[in-house]
Amino acid sequence: MNFCLYKYIFKRLGMMVPVLLGVMLIIFFINHITPGDPAVILLGDRADIQDVENLRREMGLNDPFFVQFFRYVGNVIRLDFGTSFVPPHRTVWEEISMRFPTTMQLAALSVVFAILMGIPLGIISATKQYSIFDNIATVIGLLGVSIPNFWQGMLFIMLFSVTLGWLPAAGWSGPQTWILPAITIGTSSAAVIMRMTRSTMLEVVRQDYIRTARAKGQKESTVIYKHALKNALIPVVTVVGLQFGGLLGGAVLTETIFSIPGLGRYVVQAVNQRDYPTVLGGVLLMALAFSFVNLLVDILYAFIDPRIRSQYK
Amino acid sequence: MAENIKSGGKETLLDIKGLSIHYKTEDGTVRAVNDLNFKLNKGETIGLVGETGAGKTTTALGILRLVPDPPGKIVGGEILLDGEDLVKKTEAEMRTIRGQKISMIFQDPMTSLNPVMPVRDQIAEVILLHEKVTAAEALKKAEEMLDLVGIRAERAKEYPHQFSGGMRQRVVIAIALACNPGLLIADEPTTALDVTIQAQVLELMKNLKQEFNTAMIMITHDLGIVAEICDKVAIMYAGSVVEFADKYELFKNPKHPYTIGLFNSIPDIDTDVDNLKPIKGLMPDPTDLPPGCPFHPRCDNVKPECSQKMPQNLEVSENHFVKCLLFDDRR
Repeated sequence: MNFCLYKYIFKRLGMMVPVLLGVMLIIFFINHITPGDPAVILLGDRADIQDVENLRREMGLNDPFFVQFFRYVGNVIRLDFGTSFVPPHRTVWEEISMRFPTTMQLAALSVVFAILMGIPLGIISATKQYSIFDNIATVIGLLGVSIPNFWQGMLFIMLFSVTLGWLPAAGWSGPQTWILPAITIGTSSAAVIMRMTRSTMLEVVRQDYIRTARAKGQKESTVIYKHALKNALIPVVTVVGLQFGGLLGGAVLTETIFSIPGLGRYVVQAVNQRDYPTVLGGVLLMALAFSFVNLLVDILYAFIDPRIRSQYK
Repeated sequence: MAENIKSGGKETLLDIKGLSIHYKTEDGTVRAVNDLNFKLNKGETIGLVGETGAGKTTTALGILRLVPDPPGKIVGGEILLDGEDLVKKTEAEMRTIRGQKISMIFQDPMTSLNPVMPVRDQIAEVILLHEKVTAAEALKKAEEMLDLVGIRAERAKEYPHQFSGGMRQRVVIAIALACNPGLLIADEPTTALDVTIQAQVLELMKNLKQEFNTAMIMITHDLGIVAEICDKVAIMYAGSVVEFADKYELFKNPKHPYTIGLFNSIPDIDTDVDNLKPIKGLMPDPTDLPPGCPFHPRCDNVKPECSQKMPQNLEVSENHFVKCLLFDDRR
């Protein structure tokens, strides 16, 4: 059984290669057709035409598209993602590895918050369907998905930082600075997870095997948390994975509001500055992170549901 | 009158008196069970027979107090188990009864087992709940139960999806009998199975019932199954038992027009007919039962008072009860 799972993981890792190649091709192509000449950007608007031409040749920008593309792929295989066009001209690897841990931390904290809020509230909502609690939770859930992150973030700063002075308004330098951004980002995820938990739990508690568990004389809490929850987890885990994968790409607005040195803000900046190597490297990393989260979700499926596990044989 | 059913020297296990269960929905009140009476002795099997929608499953769930509430509610009557009224029990008291004194086999074995739990653990769960044993002992007893229903111990750790429908129903039977309950409710236990498997499962249930001396309520719409394994029969119509008697008495001497209609609608192998003889009309809508006797719009022997007066449960001969105005001398 375990061996089969390893084989499956290995296969899935192999399947990531074409995915990442595809991502590279698309981003490379978009960069290629975007107006703006990297050589001009590097040398400035008033640069000599001859200098620009020389730099273009030096950077290989005059080569055909696919020559450039495969040169880039070759470099990536050697873990060389190029150098940023923008001063101080650090390597892309250096720049990203400075920022990715922050983004990952923020994403993880937000998702943990979202899970801790979303799943229990969803369960209570489902077991007390149409109660006052359920209705309140539904309204809060609707607000949670509808309120824009940046607005919620600004309200949080005004309340908790400016008025009450409890938490710092910006930066990323310790647990105190993590709380507001993590909750800001996590709120909408929590709302989505709550609604998903509620609807799948509602479906599961009507199943025959729940009635069987009750007919055994089992306590209602055990029926819900032992029998029903595990059966309701598959769609919930899927949603959590999607939310987490999305957050690994960075939360641009929230990072901007709280001045967090994260990946999302950095990549958006790079796009504005036509810093192609940085954009490519950043997007590639996001795609890789998303693929890994998806793999993790699929492995979790196997642990939750023996029917899925038996398909890996 | 109905209260004085003679039990022929045997000890009464279950006595249901005037049970009514209603579901309150937005479209009106569904009167699923109305003034239902029957009585069951220890070790006996009663067949609860009726069309789809007659309230058989609701009756069964009502005995276990598992009618989904909301919208369902037991609105009246008594369910006496060993003389104690289950309707008055608290939820905590009911939990000690479910699985231990009364257990239930559900209709569809494909959906009545938890798909993410090994079958052994599902049997051990009920043993752990009701018997003072360690987890290891419970698992061991679960394997013994599996062996008893004909599943080899090495398959004990497998999951429900690895078993066929018949095998799953065996697991469900093992769960139901694990704590040696005095009463087993089987809700159409063979309806979802192939005919060949049906016979096997029925045989297994019959043998185990004798071995454990369990009383059983067999819910079915198959009069063949009733003839095969039941001692008594209760015919249900529109949420009420319209006729209740010993099996031989009922098959030989049916009284209620509905029972007679049921027997007439069984095709006979010796005579070729062009058309079967169904009971005319349809089961009434339980949110809108006709006044008086609920069967009167379909009845061949309908009298004017049938649409006005609700028939009482009458003992027409010893231990033979009929709910029909034709037999009411007071009319």
